[in-house]
Amino acid sequence: MFVYTIRRIIQTIPVMIGVSLVVFLMMHLIPGDPAQIIAGEAAQEEQVEQTRERLGLNEPLPVQYATFVGNAVQGDLGNSIRSGRSVTSLIGDRFWITVELAFYSTLLSIFIGLIAGIISATRRNSFLDMSLMIIALFGLSMPNFWLGLILIQYLALNIGWLPVSGWGTPQQILLPVITLGTAGAAIIARMTRSSMLEVIHQDYIRTARAKGVKERYVVYKHALRNALIPVVTVVGLQFGVLLGGAVLTETVFAINGLGRLVVEAINQRDFPVVQGSVLVLSLLFVLVNFLVDISYRILNKRIELD
Amino acid sequence: MTTDLLKVQHLKQYFPIKGGILGRKVNDVKAVDDISFEVKAGETLSIVGESGCGKSTTGRAILRLDEPTSGEVEFGGKDLLSLSKAEMRKMRKDLQIIFQDPYASINPRQTVRQILGEAMAIQNVLPKKEREARIKELMTTVGLGEHQIDRFPHEFSGGQRQRIGIARALAVDPKMIICDESVSALDVSIQAQVLNLLRKLQKELDLTYLFISHDLGVVRHISDRVLVMYLGKIVEIADKKSLFDNPKHPYTKTLLSAIPVPDPSIEKDQIILKGDVPSPIDPPTGCRFHTRCPFATDKCKDEDPELRTNDDLMQDGHRAACHYIEEIESGEMQPNY
Amino acid sequence: MENENMESNESIIKVDNLQTSFFTHKGEIKAVDGVHFDVPAGKTLGIVGESGSGKSITSLSIMRLIDDPGRIKGGEIIFKGENLLEKSEAEMRSIRGNKISMIFQEPMTSLNPVYTIGDQIAEAYQIHEGTSKKEGLRKAVDMLKLVGIPSPERRVKAYPHELSGGMRQRAMIAIALACDPELLVADEPTTALDVTIQAQILRLISRLQDELGMSMMLITHDLGVVAETCDYVAVMYAGKIVEYADVYTLFSNPKHPYTVGLLKSLPRHDIDQDELEVIQGMVPRPDNLPEGCRFAPRCPFARDMCHERLPDLEDLEGGNQVRCWIHTDQWDGPEVNVKDDYGSAQSSTS
Repeated sequence: MFVYTIRRIIQTIPVMIGVSLVVFLMMHLIPGDPAQIIAGEAAQEEQVEQTRERLGLNEPLPVQYATFVGNAVQGDLGNSIRSGRSVTSLIGDRFWITVELAFYSTLLSIFIGLIAGIISATRRNSFLDMSLMIIALFGLSMPNFWLGLILIQYLALNIGWLPVSGWGTPQQILLPVITLGTAGAAIIARMTRSSMLEVIHQDYIRTARAKGVKERYVVYKHALRNALIPVVTVVGLQFGVLLGGAVLTETVFAINGLGRLVVEAINQRDFPVVQGSVLVLSLLFVLVNFLVDISYRILNKRIELD
Repeated sequence: MTTDLLKVQHLKQYFPIKGGILGRKVNDVKAVDDISFEVKAGETLSIVGESGCGKSTTGRAILRLDEPTSGEVEFGGKDLLSLSKAEMRKMRKDLQIIFQDPYASINPRQTVRQILGEAMAIQNVLPKKEREARIKELMTTVGLGEHQIDRFPHEFSGGQRQRIGIARALAVDPKMIICDESVSALDVSIQAQVLNLLRKLQKELDLTYLFISHDLGVVRHISDRVLVMYLGKIVEIADKKSLFDNPKHPYTKTLLSAIPVPDPSIEKDQIILKGDVPSPIDPPTGCRFHTRCPFATDKCKDEDPELRTNDDLMQDGHRAACHYIEEIESGEMQPNY
Repeated sequence: MENENMESNESIIKVDNLQTSFFTHKGEIKAVDGVHFDVPAGKTLGIVGESGSGKSITSLSIMRLIDDPGRIKGGEIIFKGENLLEKSEAEMRSIRGNKISMIFQEPMTSLNPVYTIGDQIAEAYQIHEGTSKKEGLRKAVDMLKLVGIPSPERRVKAYPHELSGGMRQRAMIAIALACDPELLVADEPTTALDVTIQAQILRLISRLQDELGMSMMLITHDLGVVAETCDYVAVMYAGKIVEYADVYTLFSNPKHPYTVGLLKSLPRHDIDQDELEVIQGMVPRPDNLPEGCRFAPRCPFARDMCHERLPDLEDLEGGNQVRCWIHTDQWDGPEVNVKDDYGSAQSSTS
């Protein structure tokens, strides 16, 4: 396990290098002169030169990249063009909101997904099973911004049960989390169902029954833990989708999270902020997948030997 | 004077194990570890042993389905391991294999006609026009009806699929067939049908078989000579009669005594081995059987015994890899259970 | 051979007209179709048959572990005077793994991969004896010792994948025997194992049977295993028992053409055989069973009556029960000695 963890950590290094490289090059691949963009369109030749000098944009690319990475490691992601504030502190303000949103949405996906999946699997081909799977199919095919708008329209505006926007109180949290978590719940439900159905026909389930284990324990103790193994992988992948979805959800619900920061920064062509946010989001994704892989190992004793 | 059709010398097949932080090779599975034997034209040589002894690996290495680590394989006077991929493919016309589960090795979307036709087309045996007639002939040869020619594999039972596998092997008119557990998955009554078929074909077509099996009853029925493997090494090789009636290696003896006899009136002295087969990753030093052998001494722990014979005790060609053939035979050494 | 009387009250389990079918979109598949047998207390009954004979379904029916779309349609399974088919699911659970235990063919897949061997043995004690997990684990160590697993204190914490096939089957036996069952149902317990390991496991099972005074049902396709471990044998073919006898009678004096054919088609390692006798054709598909005697299409002695009417399982003088017209006074063909005439009848029909 220890060796595996170390090896897995080492494996994330090339991924991080790749991410940082892409993010770094973003600046240079967009049309136009970065110095001009940063200095502002109205800036004079002189100011542009100054900016170039100040930001080291006249250095060769590899040197610039080294500086970028060196600064990033120390927590310095440059300053916003618009507000002049450091990108790190801008992200810092909003980072936890997005993490909270993603975390609660994931929890909701797992909770609803597992329950629906288990119910479906244990009552296969029943009316309940079919209904749940049809609902899951809807949840899966509905774009989340659209779901968000519908929820706002009916639950917030028409009935007025819940607030339209913002973040902080439990009431405010509920709608965005449902919006963001639905697709994941649907995927996890379907995955859990098929995984459970596969596991329930394994020989060791028959062994458990032959031992006199109650059906409830057969399902929750003997089958579920094995069925969860593939589901965990899906949860990890789903988290990436979720981060993408957070951008839209935050916009729809006017939540001041990292996703909204990215959208605003793109609109305002505030490239250092875009760069920093994308970098942080990517690293978060890498981190979550790392944790998923580790928990996969813990669940699945068999692959420890490989 | 019969000639050796297949000659295997010092064949080794190691599979690397990767591990550690950097995923480097840390050890080998020594699946086949320096074995030599030959198969004479027209005979059936069987390789027997328990799972993990390397018998199937040997078959695959001969055909280069896995590239052997080292050694020489000579077939019909040609060195198989020096052939290019294309030459080797051509060589497979003469050297065919039948697997345990033919279903896994035939395309389920092809009819029997297509399966057999393709086998012939690849090796370019017979002009196209004559193939149709030959396919029908093959069907009859293996005991399938001509009317089944356009059926798909899943429409056949296990025994019939094995017949398709045999027909496909025969389609290219081979000199030798390697049968890798070819009847193991079949029910007794069906197994007997396929075994009789294999024997009939051998007589009629002058085939040579290398028959790989864990079932000693089947092996006694079909073989001329038998080779016993344990943990990647040959422990005994002999003509069938000597091996079954006069086994010399303690492992062969236990193996024979372990098989249940379908006759409740026979009381036999069963030798029960302690423990499991050790891992081929770090096989025991010296004689690989010494960890389970009731006769083992310190010498067995240190020295790897050679395959050898003893003219007084063993028939021509009967060899066993044990330090104490004579002492065990004379009763000078007693088993220590 | 003391226990000749199979109808004695001493039988631990008595199966009467058991019928188990699978209801698929193709219609009803009669996997077990009117099976009768009983297991004398303390003895071993072997049920032999090829794939599709219904032998495994019979054993699962006794445990009432038939999954959808299968269902036990009828019959009685009397275990110690009580009909298991009338028990509630909760009552059945208290019997499974306690009074009647089962071991399965595949030791590789029959243990739960995510729990330790100890957990899986201890669970049996927790369910049936209400012991704590800690106490259960302690008892699990004793069980592992009993089934001959070396260093049991360490192995109790091992996961199934850390054990070899033979060791896993020993662990399975430990689970099954934990609560000291009165009947052990062993479904092909050694089929997946190498012969030297098979010998170890069979010897272990026999030893434990003597020590614990269990009765046993051994389901297998291997006539050698039957000869070495069973007291009585039932031969199944296509969902029905075609012959039942004590083991000596069955092997020395088989009466049903299928039993004879099976024995003659078996390649043996201990004697020389020139040509194997074969049974022509193949096992009928369970969704397409022949009318009359189910073996008739493959039987070298079959006459019209065999294809038309199904014979009953009847007692013969030698102690066999046989389902075959040849041995009845209704037989309308020439006199036949099934064992001696099988080969010649075979060659004249093929």
